Amino acid sequence: MINSLPPLSRGSAVRRWTTQVLVDLRRRQNVYFVLLAILLLAVFPLCFDIFRLNLFGKYLTYAFVSLGLVLCWGNGGILSLGQGVFFGLGGYCMAMFLKLEASDPVTTAIQSTPGIPDFMDWNQITALPAFWVPFRSFGLTLCAIVLVPGMLALFIGTAMFRRRVGGVYFAIITQAIASILSILIIGRQGYTGGVNGITDLKTLHGWDIRTDSARLILYYLNAVMLLGAIALGFSIMRSKLGRLLVAVRDREERVLFTGYDVASIKTFVFVLAAIYSAVGGAMFTLQVGFMSPSFVGIVPSIEMVISAAVGGRGSLLGAVYGTLLVNFGKTYFSDAFPELWLFVIGALFIGVVMLFPDGLAGIDLRKFIYRLLLRFRGRGAAARAKATHLPPGGDAPLATKNAPTDGAGLL
Amino acid sequence: MSTPILQTENLSVSFDGFKALDGLSITVDADEVRAIIGPNGAGKTTLLDLISGRTAPSSGHVRFNDEDITGLREYRIVRAGIGRKFQTPSVYESLTVFENLEMSYPDPRSWWSAWRFRRSADVVAAIEEIAERVYLGDRLRDRAETLGHGQKQWLEIGALLIQRPRLLLLDEPVAGMSVGDREKTVELIANLAKGQAVVVVEHDMEFVKKIAHRVTVLHQGRLLAEGSMEVVQADPRVIEVYLGH
Repeated sequence: MINSLPPLSRGSAVRRWTTQVLVDLRRRQNVYFVLLAILLLAVFPLCFDIFRLNLFGKYLTYAFVSLGLVLCWGNGGILSLGQGVFFGLGGYCMAMFLKLEASDPVTTAIQSTPGIPDFMDWNQITALPAFWVPFRSFGLTLCAIVLVPGMLALFIGTAMFRRRVGGVYFAIITQAIASILSILIIGRQGYTGGVNGITDLKTLHGWDIRTDSARLILYYLNAVMLLGAIALGFSIMRSKLGRLLVAVRDREERVLFTGYDVASIKTFVFVLAAIYSAVGGAMFTLQVGFMSPSFVGIVPSIEMVISAAVGGRGSLLGAVYGTLLVNFGKTYFSDAFPELWLFVIGALFIGVVMLFPDGLAGIDLRKFIYRLLLRFRGRGAAARAKATHLPPGGDAPLATKNAPTDGAGLL
Repeated sequence: MSTPILQTENLSVSFDGFKALDGLSITVDADEVRAIIGPNGAGKTTLLDLISGRTAPSSGHVRFNDEDITGLREYRIVRAGIGRKFQTPSVYESLTVFENLEMSYPDPRSWWSAWRFRRSADVVAAIEEIAERVYLGDRLRDRAETLGHGQKQWLEIGALLIQRPRLLLLDEPVAGMSVGDREKTVELIANLAKGQAVVVVEHDMEFVKKIAHRVTVLHQGRLLAEGSMEVVQADPRVIEVYLGH
């Protein structure tokens, strides 16, 4: 409720100007969206070498998962602790296509069965399993990246939400599914590459994805798709559907008795989040060059939830920054203090939940700057202003009364 | 005598052996205001739960508009034309009054239609009209959380009205309301009855006297008495139930 804060004082025009600019910024998230676009499309490529850019590209693939969580969890109130499942399925679909292309009969001539992926040969499999065959076609692979996770989410969503399974029970079930899938992948080594995953991916239709130029192109492709995903998310959040999701989160029964099929709405947003994750997984495989069960199980799934929470589970843009921050931290910490990382991320999660329940996006920039300015104005004035203008716990009730809601105005 | 819109036939439900409703049969006419009264635990709210699909009956049927709606999912019953208001005000606090009403606007109500939803002039006109009827015409832009208790109750009734229901189920609509607000609610419900049937569960006898065409008295899940307020009030069994303990 940024527009509800009273003016700073009758004084400085500069202060009023600052306030006004920040108000307008906050009101129009579009401006923040453009800033993010500039950051991703211009600042990162200009500031980082190709190695680091590729690393940030990898972080940005996780951001797809976070965006899905913002819609599904932050807005719809459905906490999924199994988004790694969908990330992994999308990633595996892409990896299977690339692996088949890398396993042509000439390259694999030394195998006992040439033309099949190397790990199959090691596991005494002599023919390509039937479920691998569609992945010879790039078109079918692209369909599978969306459809396989989408159908799984549709199945889970329909089965759970029709039976009114929600909240913590749903979270536990999704976590169990994440665990099951990673055990399945590791156990069926001959079909999936086992614990190592699917590695040694080389080309996409003959285009070597390991070169610097390919990495740059893939980074841009990823960034543009991410911005598209954010735009799609905004279109949902600003529509009646967006308000409906929040209504389902806050007053499910009321929505039900307004004639909405709540289960189908929840299923929709869960499927959407799954597809977001899957697209991220596929882009991960392309940019990092492999896929493994370590991105499927419980721990990565929870890390994804933490990323979204740090950024702000209600904010699409916040989730992107949160993901960048958490994963940058992870890279840094797991290099410097590998054994400390899990403690750090745990502490981070607790800290965020306790201090900033709305994450980075919930930190009120204007209030922050406001306090900073107060400090410059000398003690007496500051105390006075604080007493009259900043009641603890948020907005001045008087001003809240007639303030329009965030986002869409009345007409 | 007008046509019946709602009939319950031998409706029973038990929870862990406790019979909350026991073979209840009532009939509500299409333009009637019916009050359901009775001491605590008589099964008043349970009856509304059964009609609106929140609870499934152990036996018996609910017929609405000559169709058997027993066991349908809640949202299907709502779409068939039954609106349900809860005991405590249940509105979307963070949304404006306008958005609250808009949320209930009977668009096809799928996720797709909600995504494609646009505020047409028709929608705005319908919302403004309903807001006037529930005394919130000048509060459209305010968040629901800023409304008073009575106004929230009206907003919830408004959110039901915009769905153009044939039957409204109101669970204690005036509980906790000021005297002035009660008067206005009486007026509101009296006007409602011209278009649809209303079933009100209420403890406040003064209120019931003012609005109800007929009164149904429940006691321990059974029908105790039915008729006009005067008849019911004079019934010795009713007096016994209300004064007996």
